[in-house]
Amino acid sequence: MPAVSKGDGMRGLAVFISDIRNCKSKEAEIKRINKELANIRSKFKGDKALDGYSKKKYVCKLLFIFLLGHDIDFGHMEAVNLLSSNKYTEKQIGYLFISVLVNSNSELIRLINNAIKNDLASRNPTFMCLALHCIANVGSREMGEAFAADIPRILVAGDSMDSVKQSAALCLLRLYKASPDLVPMGEWTARVVHLLNDQHMGVVTAAVSLITCLCKKNPDDFKTCISLAVSRLSRIVSSASTDLQDYTYYFVPAPWLSVKLLRLLQCYPPPEDAAVKGRLVECLETVLNKAQEPPKSKKVQHSNAKNAILFETISLIIHYDSEPNLLVRACNQLGQFLQHRETNLRYLALESMCTLASSEFSHEAVKTHIDTVINALKTERDVSVRQRAADLLYAMCDRSNAKQIVSEMLRYLETADYAIREEIVLKVAILAEKYAVDYSWYVDTILNLIRIAGDYVSEEVWYRVLQIVTNRDDVQGYAAKTVFEALQAPACHENMVKVGGYILGEFGNLIAGDPRSSPPVQFSLLHSKFHLCSVATRALLLSTYIKFINLFPETKATIQGVLRAGSQLRNADVELQQRAVEYLTLSSVASTDVLATVLEEMPPFPERESSILAKLKRKKGPGAASALDDGRRDPSSSDINGGVEPTPSTVSTPSPSADLLGLRAAPPPAAPQAPSGAGNLLVDVSSDGPVAQPSLGPTPEEAFLSELEPPAPESPMALLADPAPVADPGPEDIGLPIPEADELLNKFVCKNNGVLFENQLLQIGVKSEFRQNLGRMYLFYGNKTSVQFQNFTPTVVHPGDLQTQLAVQTKRVAAQVDGGAQVQQVLNIECLRDFLMPPLLSVRFRYGGAPQSLTLKLPVTINKFFQPTEMAAQDFFQRWKQLSLPQQEAQKIFKANHPMDAEVTKAKLLGFGSALLDNVDPNPENFVGAGIIQTKALQVGCLLRLEPNAQAQMYRLTLRTSKESVSRHLCELLAQQF
Amino acid sequence: MEIRFILIQNRAGKTRLAKWYMQFDDDEKQKLIEEVHAVVTVRDAKHTNFVEGQARSRDHERNEEPNVLAPLCPARWVWAYPVTDSLSAPQFRNFKIIYRRYAGLYFCICVDVNDNNLAYLEAIHNFVEVLNEYFHNVCELDLVFNFYKVYTVVDEMFLAGEIRETSQTKVLKQLLMLQSLE
Repeated sequence: MPAVSKGDGMRGLAVFISDIRNCKSKEAEIKRINKELANIRSKFKGDKALDGYSKKKYVCKLLFIFLLGHDIDFGHMEAVNLLSSNKYTEKQIGYLFISVLVNSNSELIRLINNAIKNDLASRNPTFMCLALHCIANVGSREMGEAFAADIPRILVAGDSMDSVKQSAALCLLRLYKASPDLVPMGEWTARVVHLLNDQHMGVVTAAVSLITCLCKKNPDDFKTCISLAVSRLSRIVSSASTDLQDYTYYFVPAPWLSVKLLRLLQCYPPPEDAAVKGRLVECLETVLNKAQEPPKSKKVQHSNAKNAILFETISLIIHYDSEPNLLVRACNQLGQFLQHRETNLRYLALESMCTLASSEFSHEAVKTHIDTVINALKTERDVSVRQRAADLLYAMCDRSNAKQIVSEMLRYLETADYAIREEIVLKVAILAEKYAVDYSWYVDTILNLIRIAGDYVSEEVWYRVLQIVTNRDDVQGYAAKTVFEALQAPACHENMVKVGGYILGEFGNLIAGDPRSSPPVQFSLLHSKFHLCSVATRALLLSTYIKFINLFPETKATIQGVLRAGSQLRNADVELQQRAVEYLTLSSVASTDVLATVLEEMPPFPERESSILAKLKRKKGPGAASALDDGRRDPSSSDINGGVEPTPSTVSTPSPSADLLGLRAAPPPAAPQAPSGAGNLLVDVSSDGPVAQPSLGPTPEEAFLSELEPPAPESPMALLADPAPVADPGPEDIGLPIPEADELLNKFVCKNNGVLFENQLLQIGVKSEFRQNLGRMYLFYGNKTSVQFQNFTPTVVHPGDLQTQLAVQTKRVAAQVDGGAQVQQVLNIECLRDFLMPPLLSVRFRYGGAPQSLTLKLPVTINKFFQPTEMAAQDFFQRWKQLSLPQQEAQKIFKANHPMDAEVTKAKLLGFGSALLDNVDPNPENFVGAGIIQTKALQVGCLLRLEPNAQAQMYRLTLRTSKESVSRHLCELLAQQF
Repeated sequence: MEIRFILIQNRAGKTRLAKWYMQFDDDEKQKLIEEVHAVVTVRDAKHTNFVEGQARSRDHERNEEPNVLAPLCPARWVWAYPVTDSLSAPQFRNFKIIYRRYAGLYFCICVDVNDNNLAYLEAIHNFVEVLNEYFHNVCELDLVFNFYKVYTVVDEMFLAGEIRETSQTKVLKQLLMLQSLE
């Protein structure tokens, strides 16, 4: 094959390049360049018209100078002139110059566009390609406006050459990405899809990219591509290694095209058509089978090309997450790669396995490789491989292996690269908390973290351990003992002093019985660190000291001495000074009772998403591997935050506990009355809240608890609902409803429309209507982010016997929900017989690559099928008497939760579904109602009576129905509404 | 699948080809070139051919004259973890470099973090084999003296950030046809 000789064509250019290369210094180079620029300028300005060759040569020199990093401020016009040359070499240099050096000179753009237009119309495939490449390289809006309409035509024209089609497809892709509004969809779209069938594999290769991009925005318009892609893929995968000739690369048929087709398929859910799906599964199996065959070549190119397809196949299998057999096979294949001698393969296998770990079909299979992965963490030479190993350990962690994984990660931490230490610390902290069976292990782990990598233990981590210790009284004594021991070390990390100071200040009394850790010993141990610490830590220790005065009166004199010392009272730091002054005064003027109240043990912290998890998510960004969104893969761990009481709320929806200070949500067990006299001290004894207590942290006034409750996480990720934990790892894979589900459900007992759920990502609205035993419900899912949700699948599930009681038909919704868009889902509901439990609505989707799931209770309660019945007083009393069996009646006496307004009550009862009967009850304050619950199998007559007692702020609610369970259930539902 | 840029650099960090498929300003380009060189040259055969970095797109307030190149996605590359305000720029963009070394030259392709590593690794090799055939035992100097032809080779094989043509036979046939034109 004839080769290109060096610098052929333009001798002057070659000479110039050689000159530049021979320059000994930067100055010499600049001198040579300036000389050349002057020369070119004079040529361009000269009277003599330059021939095409010279123009090309000088423009090319200018380009070279620009690429060396020098500014070029002339020559554009000459370059544009070259575009209209009819010699290829001149045109090519002109286009190259424009592509590299285009500027916003609008006059020039008009000329350029003119030249492009001519070339596109030239019917000369070489010129057409040059023009198309220029548009694709520049991709500006002006070009889009000029050509977006022409290019689709060129793409699908019957007489376009293959190479022109290839370029047109990608040119269109570029314009679409830059300005989607300029590219009109039209009848050409269908023909583009059919390019997947094109004879020329290069055309298919280019077209797949275009289709993949277009179908993301318009999945329905391009749906037909699924079956075409599958059949194309199938033909490639099943072809022999030589069938595709030009497109066989090291015995692998069309590896890049295969990868692109597999990626296109990942834009869609599994094919609905059984035949297509069968064919696709066959393809995937073939790829997995081929991985086991002996290689056809020892060359790394062969195995890379083959494995490129294999990894993309595994990605598709993971994307579908519906074929347990394939998932497990994929896992086994990756398992083999974990020990491969190629570092690349080990790295990719670890990475891919990380996503497999979050599928419950393959989670167990992934776990079997734990030893290999631990070994990788210890021995891999490339830090990025070790990082992947750490990620995978994190992803495969569950209760069964948490201790092993945490201890290996701790060991790794001692030698870990600085760049990833903080992340490892966060991961260890999260795993230790999440899978803690006994909390002493958790405390040990966190203290170890501080010991090994104290600098990398962020506030979130040590705040968290304090929260947990505060909330769990079974670990407080152990924690006190352990920090006391840890503080004995001659050099301990400042974070240890902080944790130790806080814990001893709260729970030092629990170990004070032991003479080795008597109060004076505890105090002098802490105080021995005091002078080495930062202001923030010293401030915290001062708070510990005042707490000690309350816990251990015998230390009072010593501590007052410390507070009184000039170094504190006149400290240059205003925070320390203020604390010293206030604490000293407090300890002197307040009675023991007041002290005991003011300095009482901290109340439990309201539970919410672990701040550490939020931090890790922030670090990783929304693109973070699904490894961070755990929960669903560990059926045994039902409470994600490690079972910290009181409620393992994992969703940060605005709830009372979202109150920044958390005071109102978790009042101390006995809200003490503030004795007068203490009110002017540092404690704000406001009337409506419980008494605030001095925190141990830096700023007593502003942030009593907020120090330990970092402000609500900022990034959108941090506010995400964690996937709900799994109730039963059955095939349905539906998580438990979120903790607020009952509350949300209650809001809809008496109304049919409204917002059912809302968090940072998603809003779910409901509109429903019911008639007889039938109902129709519209669910509106709104994507509140600007990012598309993928694999969006809402499903309705009937727990327990509900299937026989209620029939709910749902329509599928689009798998993609664009940012800011809303999709609607219609549910047709039929009540077959009376039921107690509402159906569950499970919503799953991927946001920024991370799987999200959420389970709510669908607002369908038995009272929705109420038919109001009007009746006269005597009829009512007669029926009331008929339903006099004890089990037919349900009664509840309860306190009013809302103001007792008769109109509101009326509206609620009507919303509940019963008719309201006037002039029945002799007491006009009372409400009486009647109705019939309509189900397919039976009807249940219901009578109700609600007696408000305004004085006592109480209600008595009585239900009588022909069915015991219905009476009780209606009574419960209704009682929560007032 | 989207290539952000293709870089060919020698061991000393001299750029032999830079092909950008995304809008970067000149400073960003220079920074990227230096950073790629810094991370790639310290790696050896025991390392993978992949380097993940975290790039972070910033919504520059661009109130300049309307640019011919509408910024597709102004991005700033930050190798270390972003340290500052996640509030003002909540969007993170993940890139990675797939590279392969041939003698003294590093061929680097920057792609999305979830792109197929091995496919691009072999795309590099495919490209190098085409260059080798076209320039008959290609060496660094061929790329220097024929820089304008290298762009043609690139455009035949990669366009708009996508793989355009993978058949070496077809690409070389086309290149020789172009070579024969005046």
